[in-house]
Amino acid sequence: MSSRPQTLYEKIWDAHVVERRDDGTCLIYIDRHLVHEVTSPQAFEGLRVAGRRVRRPELTLAVPDHNLPTTPRVDAAGRLLPIADKESAAQLDALRRNTAEFGVDYIDATAVEQGIVHVVGPELGFTLPGTTLVCGDSHTSAHGALGALAFGIGTSEVEHVLATQTLLLSPSKTMEIRVDGTLGFGVSAKDVILAIIGKIGAAGGTGYVVEYTGEVIRNLSVEGRLTIANMSIEGGARAGLVAPDETTFAYIKGRPMAPSGADWDRAVAWWRTLPSDPCAVYDRTVTLHASDIAPSLTWGTSPEDVVPITGSVPDPDSFADPAKRAAARKSLDYMGLTPGTRMQDVDIGHVFIGSCTNSRIEDLRAAASVADGRRVADGVRAMVVPGSGLVKRQAEAEGLDRIFTTAGFEWREPGCSMCLAMNPDKVPPGERCASTSNRNFVGRQGPGARTHLLSPAMAAAAAVTGRLADVRDLMGAKS
Amino acid sequence: MQPVTVVTGTAYPWGAKNVDTDVIIPAHWLKTISRTGLGRGAFETVRAQPDNIFDDPRYAGSPVLIAGDNFGCGSSREHAAWALADMGVRAVIAPSFSDIFSGNAFKNGIVPVVLPQDAVDRLVEVAKDQPVTVDLETMTVTTPFQDRFPFDLDPFRRQCLMEGLDEIGLTLARDTAISKFEGAMAEHRPWIEERRGYEGVAVEGAGRT
Repeated sequence: MSSRPQTLYEKIWDAHVVERRDDGTCLIYIDRHLVHEVTSPQAFEGLRVAGRRVRRPELTLAVPDHNLPTTPRVDAAGRLLPIADKESAAQLDALRRNTAEFGVDYIDATAVEQGIVHVVGPELGFTLPGTTLVCGDSHTSAHGALGALAFGIGTSEVEHVLATQTLLLSPSKTMEIRVDGTLGFGVSAKDVILAIIGKIGAAGGTGYVVEYTGEVIRNLSVEGRLTIANMSIEGGARAGLVAPDETTFAYIKGRPMAPSGADWDRAVAWWRTLPSDPCAVYDRTVTLHASDIAPSLTWGTSPEDVVPITGSVPDPDSFADPAKRAAARKSLDYMGLTPGTRMQDVDIGHVFIGSCTNSRIEDLRAAASVADGRRVADGVRAMVVPGSGLVKRQAEAEGLDRIFTTAGFEWREPGCSMCLAMNPDKVPPGERCASTSNRNFVGRQGPGARTHLLSPAMAAAAAVTGRLADVRDLMGAKS
Repeated sequence: MQPVTVVTGTAYPWGAKNVDTDVIIPAHWLKTISRTGLGRGAFETVRAQPDNIFDDPRYAGSPVLIAGDNFGCGSSREHAAWALADMGVRAVIAPSFSDIFSGNAFKNGIVPVVLPQDAVDRLVEVAKDQPVTVDLETMTVTTPFQDRFPFDLDPFRRQCLMEGLDEIGLTLARDTAISKFEGAMAEHRPWIEERRGYEGVAVEGAGRT
């Protein structure tokens, strides 16, 4: 036992060091590897060309998500319907063939467990506290919500993990982001992470692993923590952690791939030792207070372009940094917005409720509570894409699908969908979308698409009013 | 991977901040199952604009790209590095890079050179009509005007670049250490290896979301 107080990150790191090199770089063991169809074909091909095998196939789980259409996808016999886009179909085929050839567990597009890889991992109990978990996808940071050191990797690293079950890594700096207080009426986890990114900037976390602490984080459900950890990468941090606690253990217990019996007790005993020691030192600490966080959204084309819904489109000249001024001017031009316009006066044509950030059951409940008894505004196309087949089934058992469809929302099959527009779900050029996803980059939701990132409840409020709206006005009270 | 020691030639004097991976290669290009040919999709949305830097004949085929803070932010797609390599870029100079992009660049023989903002500003000016040289031996960026900007690289990554090493091959050679670690893990954290497989989950795992 080291006598120096350690952070959660340092404890997980130390438990996974296979070898430490003189320069401080470590060969780190990887406990869990998630694979999807977009970033893995070249990795499997690399193994094949070099005549290499997958070292520990049982530690990897594959599921297709990015390319799948979200329209009904199976026929009456449960067989997958043909996928019109030939390249998408080829990529999905490649995942099926590669996982079969290399002996990796594969969840088929026709299975009820299929979903977005970052929804599936926690939901099946594949994601566990104290593990190292990687995936060829930057939003792998989401799994940090359960106290896993989880981060996105490139395809060469996917191949490296498949072949060796390790990665060669340099330790990151540590940043504590503490959110004190109690969230106000109508304020959600999404608003918290948007406020954090607005504060630290899109590159604020570069080189750091973030740990989210404080009363607000402790009081959040695992779903809310997943939303926050998910967008660590939008603040530049490759990984974001939340210390495992009773909320975490209650969430994991009994899930299909989670430990059980004596293993469960041993695992929990170890997980309880993981939270950062009281006097542990972080390289940087950032503090926010819940009372300063309002329902928020983005106005520009970087996730750091955050404003409260009560605010207005900023004037580029108000930024001190000349590069930021230039970027803001370009952003506003792309977004078709004029400085000084109240955010609540901006009309929208599309609403997307989904993505690995906000497609879990709590997200759908929050959106449905706003949609209930209301109608999607004329001229607005609103779609709800559950994060997985299990989320979809749960929502249907609760009648959420009927609330949405009665209100005029589309109720779709699970997948990444309009978050990144790799499948047929796209926002047309020049049109504006209120989206619960994670990136408002130029062209992200389709060429020329204009994205405003916000929470599921705010997205539902936008759908029923036809504009960016303060969800608190629809919730019966205004704080 | 081809060894890289010196990258020299014209440079795209761009300087843009927060260049994200959707800008470097939009998502619809990610449907390929190959690593090659992505140069055609590189900076597609930028190239849709008139008078963009990438279609300026003065800079066509430049091996160096000069950009602003947080280059390569966003997605983990290695397609961004493949696209740059395919369009002939061998070094990117910026004040900062996203962590994931930086790792992907190294693995594809692209040198991510971190220099202070004022050095980057100077290089953007010089590169408008003069070549730039990135030298991994001397760890400097130089111009014909006696500019000399030293930079740092992780020693192991530098060695991999300069010798064109296969990282997977190097790690596979550490097999004994990995097996030893796995032996200890089976004892101390047995639940890691004993996860129940996917088969049968549909029946057993119903309903909790």
